[in-house]
Amino acid sequence: MTKKLTCISCPIGCELTVYVEGDDIKVEGNRCPRGFEYAKNEVTNPQRMLTISVKVENGVMDLVSTRTDRPIPKKMLEEAISYIKGLKVQAPIKRGDIIVKDLLNTGANLIATRTVLKK
Amino acid sequence: MRREKVDVLIVGGGAAGLAAAISATESGAKTVLLERDRSTGGVLNQCIHNGFGLHVFKEELTGPEFMERLWEELKEDVIRSNFTVLEIKPDTREVITLSEDGIIVFEPKALVMSTGARERPLNSLRIPGSRVAGIYTAGVAQKMVNIYNRLPGKKVLIVGSGDIGLIMARRLKIEGMDVVGVVEIMPEPGGLIRNVVQCLEDFNIPLWLSHTVIEIHGKERLSEVVIAKVDENRKPIAGTEKVIKVDTLVTSVGLIPQNELIENFVEMDPINRGPVVDDYMRTSVEWIFAAGNNVAIHDLVDFVYDEGKIAGMHAARYALGEKLPEVKYEFVRGKNVGVMLPQKFTGTQPFKMYIRPTKSLEKSVLKFSDKIIRKFNWRIRPSEMIDLVVKNFEGFDSKITVEVSNLD
Ligand SMILES: Cc1cc2nc3c(=O)[nH]c(=O)nc-3n(C[C@H](O)[C@H](O)[C@H](O)COP(=O)(O)OP(=O)(O)OC[C@H]3O[C@@H](n4cnc5c(N)ncnc54)[C@H](O)[C@@H]3O)c2cc1C
Ligand code: SF4
Repeated sequence: MTKKLTCISCPIGCELTVYVEGDDIKVEGNRCPRGFEYAKNEVTNPQRMLTISVKVENGVMDLVSTRTDRPIPKKMLEEAISYIKGLKVQAPIKRGDIIVKDLLNTGANLIATRTVLKK
Repeated sequence: MRREKVDVLIVGGGAAGLAAAISATESGAKTVLLERDRSTGGVLNQCIHNGFGLHVFKEELTGPEFMERLWEELKEDVIRSNFTVLEIKPDTREVITLSEDGIIVFEPKALVMSTGARERPLNSLRIPGSRVAGIYTAGVAQKMVNIYNRLPGKKVLIVGSGDIGLIMARRLKIEGMDVVGVVEIMPEPGGLIRNVVQCLEDFNIPLWLSHTVIEIHGKERLSEVVIAKVDENRKPIAGTEKVIKVDTLVTSVGLIPQNELIENFVEMDPINRGPVVDDYMRTSVEWIFAAGNNVAIHDLVDFVYDEGKIAGMHAARYALGEKLPEVKYEFVRGKNVGVMLPQKFTGTQPFKMYIRPTKSLEKSVLKFSDKIIRKFNWRIRPSEMIDLVVKNFEGFDSKITVEVSNLD
């Protein structure tokens, strides 16, 4: 199988060609090793980092921005989004605080990406 | 009316201004940073997606994380928020500001302009129809959703496929809006390809290239828009019209550097739409330095940060009485060169140069006065800034023509 992909691991966006034969994966067009990793994942188990905001109570802001601390399977995105949208957290929150541990058994934590002080 | 003397005054507290404040204070200058908003960070505040800081911190951060890292790097408290700069007087070197304490006049020895950019409004596209509620620029929609927890509507069409438009398409979809698609008048996307992949393709949002909005309908609130395909001259093709029922239009049709405070007395670059600068980030006015999106629109905050650091450091050196080297070389735009900076340099130090090609090229070379400086074996596009370090100036005339051409 041959597949054309765009590497999204950095803003350069190399155009990759992936050749898959059984377990053997070859990649062309990547300017760095991360492109190989990306292509390999993309044809076996595509992953994405999720960035989303969570509602805050008693904070100086109504929302805290968060992200997963590692990419999660792309097919889990929808489920993760609807789960996270139902959450509410209490201020104060520090950048780096874990909002959800092991999000939906993905092994990734949802962490705060900004500080929200108490009102 | 109060007066205040400082070494370095920084106008604008986005990534560029914060970086300038870090390096100016490290250089030992008495520094003040003025920000008109409640808090510093600029656009980083509302950019909650990842993709920031890969060069500077070797980590992929979100906008707020990058911003808080800069706050931590800034050891001294030099920030004054809710401070708007109203006027800069070049002759007397006075800076008139307004804050809760009334009017304060600063007398800085050096100034760093880091006022960023503003969004082009939809009106600049001259689309016929009523100006109804439900039309937002992407930045305003982003602020509503990411900071104020409000959705702009139920069903939305995005106009413009720049990075901001692409990111907002995904963002609004995640927040539960029905995102019907993105229209782009050009034959290729305006933003980074990685954003087309992870913002549109991942979320099944269609992208209509070579399409534009030709009509806007609605009484008080937007009810529908008409889109059409365009030809090579960007003229709508009759018979291709399609009616799209939406209550919201989010426009992302470009950023404009914000330079009202200096454009009347500083040499401006008509293509960048910002001040002409040298490798020390000096403008044509000796005591005024500049960095960030007001100099030219940048793709990456990392570039903005680097520039801010350079501007802050040299502004401090100048303010503390050091004589900086004179400009010796000038870059002149040749074929296929759009945004370009710096336009001048001293030849005393290696420096980073940024260029946007004016069109996409499959395989190409960058030339300085016919000498090949770099080969590109990949597709270069206007939406992705080329950055390179210029180290060697031997053998060049004082005027260097910069050109990007096909490799044949
Ligand atoms: C939506 C969006 C998405 C982006 N995504 C990415 C990304 O994924 N990765 C990446 O690396 N980069 C990204 N960027 C680019 C990067 O974030 C910006 O280029 C950078 O943050 C700009 O910084 P700045 O300091 O030049 O401008 P700004 O952040 O605009 O800061 C300018 C500041 O000046 C203040 N100001 C203006 N006029 C005055 C005045 N008269 N008095 C006082 N204060 C004033 C403003 O209030 C503002 O705070 C994105 C940009 C946008 C807009
Ligand atoms: S291959 Fe490397 S350089 Fe190319 S886009 Fe991917 S991460 Fe960036």
